[in-house]
Amino acid sequence: MEAKIVTEDLNAYFGDVHAVRGVNLSIPKNKITAIIGPSGCGKSTLIRCTNRMHEVVRGARVTGKVLLDGKNIYDADTDPVMIRTKVGMVFQKPNPFPTMSIYDNAVAGLRLNGEKDWKILDDTVERSLKLAALWDEVKGNLAASGVSLSGGQQQRLCIARALAVRPEVLLLDEPCSALDPIATAKIEDLLFDLKDQFTIVIVTHNMQQAARVADFTAFMYMGELIEFGDTKVIFENPAKELTEKYITGRFG
Amino acid sequence: MSPRKAYETELAELDNLVAEMAKKTREAIELAVASFEKLDVSMVKRVEELDEELYLLNNDIEKRCLEVIALQSPVAKDLRAIGTYLKVITDFDRIGRYARDIAEVTAHTYTMAHIKPLVSIPHMAEMAEHMVDLSVKAFLDRDTTSTKEVFEIEDKVDSLYDEIFREVITYMMEDSKKIGIGINYMLVARYLERIADHACNICERVIYMVTGERVIKE
Repeated sequence: MEAKIVTEDLNAYFGDVHAVRGVNLSIPKNKITAIIGPSGCGKSTLIRCTNRMHEVVRGARVTGKVLLDGKNIYDADTDPVMIRTKVGMVFQKPNPFPTMSIYDNAVAGLRLNGEKDWKILDDTVERSLKLAALWDEVKGNLAASGVSLSGGQQQRLCIARALAVRPEVLLLDEPCSALDPIATAKIEDLLFDLKDQFTIVIVTHNMQQAARVADFTAFMYMGELIEFGDTKVIFENPAKELTEKYITGRFG
Repeated sequence: MSPRKAYETELAELDNLVAEMAKKTREAIELAVASFEKLDVSMVKRVEELDEELYLLNNDIEKRCLEVIALQSPVAKDLRAIGTYLKVITDFDRIGRYARDIAEVTAHTYTMAHIKPLVSIPHMAEMAEHMVDLSVKAFLDRDTTSTKEVFEIEDKVDSLYDEIFREVITYMMEDSKKIGIGINYMLVARYLERIADHACNICERVIYMVTGERVIKE
C-alpha cells in the first residue's frame, strides 16, 4: 500500500518534556487512519509534527524525519507554509473566524495566499462547501456570519476552509468531540466520501468512532506508538496486551 | 481492579451462565444415552426438564449478550467472548434438544427389546459424550489443547455412523419385524452424530475466542 506520510524515528519535545518518542509510522494514501490513546499520550503532538505546527509552540522541537511523498518536510529548503497547505488541519472546537461570513471563511486561506480573482473565489467556495457537504444548507445565505451556524455546520465550514486550499492530507484533531451524534454522523459520512481524494488522519478519544470510520488505527501510549494495523484487527484481536487493555477500558 | 466494574460483573455473570448451560448439556446427553441403552424411561423426564432449562438459559444469555453489545460496546477479547457465547449457546441448546430426542426414542421403544446387545451405539455415544466433555472443558478453561482430539474423534464418529447405518439396514432387510427398532437405532445414531458436530462447532468457537483465529473443521 502506498504511504502518503512516513515518520522515521520521530521525536517531539516541549522543552524538557519528551512528548513523542521514536515513532515510526506509515500513513497510507487515500485511507483514513485513526490515532487513539489516553490523554497526554502524544496523539495531537504527533499529527502536529506532520504539518510543522508543533514547532510554532515556544520551546517545542522535533527530531527525526517526516516524509511527505518521500520528501522530508523538515529539510532546510522546505517552506512550512507550503507544508501546511498540503497538510490541512481541523481542530477539536469549531473555530470559524467570528467576524467573517460563511463565504469569507471558506476562502480565508486562499485570500491569505493572495487570490483576488472573484471567479476563482466563487468557484472555490462552492467546491469546498460541496466537498464538506455544507453547500445545500448554506448556499442561499453565504453572507451570513460563520458563527451563526450550528456547531456541526461550523465544523463542516472549518473542513471546507481546510479543503479550499486543495490539501493532499487532512488532519483532524478530535473533530467531533464538541458535536452531537447527528452532527458527528454527518462528519463521519463526509470523511468516508473524502477519502478517495485525500489522505485523512483523525485523532479521537471515541473508540467507536475510530472503529467506525478508520481503515487503519494507531494506538499510542506515553509518547510511543504501541500498535498500528488494520482497524478490524486492532478492535477484534489486537497483538499487544496494552492495546487490548486500553480499548476494552481496562486501563486504570 | 478494572475501572469498568459493572461491565466486568456482567461479563463474569454471563460466563457463569454459559458454564451452567455447558454442564446441563453434559448431564442431558449422559442421561439420554443411558436411558436408551437400558431402555429405562425413568430418566426421560429429567432429560426433558434439562432441555427446557437449556432453552430458557439460551434465551436469557442471548438477551444479556445483546444488552452488553448495545450498552458496553465490547471489543477485542470481550467481543470475541460475547460472539462465542452467542454461538455456543445455540450448540448447547441443540445438543440438549438431541438428548431429548434420544430420550423420546427411549419412551417409544422401551417396550421393545434390543435386537442384540448394543455395541456400536454405546461406543458412538461414548465418543460423542467424550467430545462434549472435551469441548466444554476447552470452553470453561479457555484452553484449545484438547480441540485437536475432538476433531479427530469426530472423523471416527462419522465412520461409525455409516457403519451403524449399513448394519441396521441389513437387519431390517433380513427381518421386517426389526424395522421399528431399527429405525430407532438409526435415529439415535443420527442424533449422536449431530451432537458430535456441535461439539466440533464449540471447539471452533473456543479457538476463535482464545486466539482470534478462525478455524473450520472440514
